[in-house]
Amino acid sequence: MTGAYVASIDQGSASSRCLLFDERGRIVSVAQKEHRQLFPRPGWVEQDAEEILGNVLQVVPDALEKAGLKLADLAALGIANQRETTLVWDRHTGRPIYNAISWQDTRTDKIVNSLAAEGGKDRFRAKTGLPLTTYFSGPKIQWILDHVEGARERAERGTVLFGTMDTWLIWNLTGRHVTDVTNASRTMLMDLRSLDWDDELLEAMKVPRAMLPEIHASSEPYGEAGAPLRGLPVAAALGDQQAALFGQTCFSAGEAKCTYGTGSFLLLNTGERLVDSTHGLLTTVGCRIAGEPATYALEGSIAVTGALVQWLRDKLGMISSAAEIETLARTVEDSGGVYVVPAFSGLFAPHWRSDARGVIAGLTGYTTKGHLARAVLEATAWQTREVIEAMNSDAGTVLHVLKADGGMTADNLMMQLLADSLGVTVVRPIVAETVSLGAAYAAGLAVGFWPNVESLRANWHKAAEWLPRLDPETRERRFRKWKKAVARSLEWVDDDDE
Amino acid sequence: MPRPIQSIQRAAQVMHLLSGRARRLSLVELSAQMGLPKGTVFGILRTLQQVGFVEKDPDSAKYQLGAALLHLGSTYLDGNELRSRALNWADSLAARSNETVRIGTLHDGRVLVVHHVFRPDDSYQVLQVGSLLPLHATALGKALLAANPYVLSELVGEELTRFTPCTITDAKQLGAALKEVKRRGWAADIGELVDGEVSVAAPITDRSERTVGSIAISGPMERLCESELPRSDLVAYVRESARAISRDLGAIPW
Repeated sequence: MTGAYVASIDQGSASSRCLLFDERGRIVSVAQKEHRQLFPRPGWVEQDAEEILGNVLQVVPDALEKAGLKLADLAALGIANQRETTLVWDRHTGRPIYNAISWQDTRTDKIVNSLAAEGGKDRFRAKTGLPLTTYFSGPKIQWILDHVEGARERAERGTVLFGTMDTWLIWNLTGRHVTDVTNASRTMLMDLRSLDWDDELLEAMKVPRAMLPEIHASSEPYGEAGAPLRGLPVAAALGDQQAALFGQTCFSAGEAKCTYGTGSFLLLNTGERLVDSTHGLLTTVGCRIAGEPATYALEGSIAVTGALVQWLRDKLGMISSAAEIETLARTVEDSGGVYVVPAFSGLFAPHWRSDARGVIAGLTGYTTKGHLARAVLEATAWQTREVIEAMNSDAGTVLHVLKADGGMTADNLMMQLLADSLGVTVVRPIVAETVSLGAAYAAGLAVGFWPNVESLRANWHKAAEWLPRLDPETRERRFRKWKKAVARSLEWVDDDDE
Repeated sequence: MPRPIQSIQRAAQVMHLLSGRARRLSLVELSAQMGLPKGTVFGILRTLQQVGFVEKDPDSAKYQLGAALLHLGSTYLDGNELRSRALNWADSLAARSNETVRIGTLHDGRVLVVHHVFRPDDSYQVLQVGSLLPLHATALGKALLAANPYVLSELVGEELTRFTPCTITDAKQLGAALKEVKRRGWAADIGELVDGEVSVAAPITDRSERTVGSIAISGPMERLCESELPRSDLVAYVRESARAISRDLGAIPW
């Protein structure tokens, strides 16, 4: 280990990026390459895994060149990746037998429904922490094995291999067939307690064990890369949201972060305690550092946050850029009693109601564009509050500070509304790229670039802070109204809808 | 040179007034501020209304800038837009310099702070977004003034407030200082607003090379200066950030 920088790959749904960090966790270079999203049929979303691999091998040298650095300047490489996206490839040729099936792809709904027919949607929740939905990898593997000729038989012999994107990249870089506990926890094939593949789950989803990678720690030297990154230690892999939790230095039980993008992801570290959710949250592995026990997390995802602002921009044409919503929303003092519930495709955590559809409640002749814009921003705040309340009841903890990151944190009004609706302090860290930072941190720890997690905490600095300004009475009154608006969005979808 | 056209000058004045802090003004207020009869101002407003540059708010019967004006070319840049484009660069400037970072825009003869990144030492700090600073006594302001001489001509009509013994209060001196800012591409305020406090700023430009804002670091003289002048490494960081943001603004808006 000689290098003075750590490289991080963020292999996302739309692009692959490489960021280089120095010892103080500061960004020194960024390179990015987008890949195609393939939509062969309605509801199907695929990606070309070889294109993604090519991009990853391109962005690392690109990032080095931009900063005037050489491969030898790197101490380690960490990977954060889009979760659940599923790939099966040939062990000998290295070529995928089918495109990577994206987490967003819903083709497995029939498989999922038939699994749920016996024992319900929460059939595997106790073991996996997950409800039966189309996101997770297990049913996607089953689909590939059922639809690609000869695949099942080759899977049983172990001549085709399964991997999420971390596994695909590590296999190509180091030749080892491994995954990390956080990615494995999203396959629906791993037992959260034993942290190993589970025979009952494998049998239910008809996945042969021979095709599965070994499950390793998230922060651990997996091996050295071959050409073109020869000699670079590959030392971390985490699912992107878990990487963000790590990058926000939420290392202790009770610490939480929320990443605000098109949708939003709230994760609460519950330490070594595995918390079963009775409020519609997911239980997942937060991280495992080699030689230490795994830490667990509760996860609540909100489907529509930034997407609601985009809707206002693209479908209603009320603003010409996402940032302009703040300008419009600041023309009024409050939402004028208007509430927008963006249940575009039902309500997710903590409600899980697919029969819900969006509503705008509380319209009067007094309502202006400004009120609507403000209600749109408040919708993200209220949805966050619902998830936090669910987390507090599941974990028996009380959150005092929310660490926020992601593109939407540029909106200062939205951050203030968040503090006001939650009644807790909201802080933004100085490095907004928490996904990449988390993977860099985990890789750097594994090779001794950073001595321990405490040294990483010293790198976390607050870039801005918003304190709650709303009096508790008004806050609770408005939250009650929000809940009434949510109630009005339910039972909208009928069986005979056109 | 042909004589300026009076009606266009007056129309421009109306729009300047409406872009001020009040944002909405009544006919009475406008005619009072312009020193013109109501009938004359009403005629100007009606024409501006017809071309969409001015709108009348039906509730208050006051006038405001029209949407057509806001979308006229790339010259209009929303402060919130500027912040969202500058976010990563401002963060990285704060991390590299270990100082407070602020981004400002011209607003009604002052600097409006549209973005603020805390000094990364986790000390108690309060978000200053939305606050207004004097143009002549801040690096942010001087970087903006140097690129917008018309604002300077309005300023020198008024008295330049003295905040410290170092504040430039003489219009000629200010003009000379701004020439220097324009020549070297960055501005400094050395104890001119608050004793012992220093800031260094550089202009942010858009695709049409118009200065739309400025970015600055601020802190105590002991940290920011070397033999009473801003440290050259810090000046370089500020200028690099300003250039990076300007480059991003040159891209096609999303």
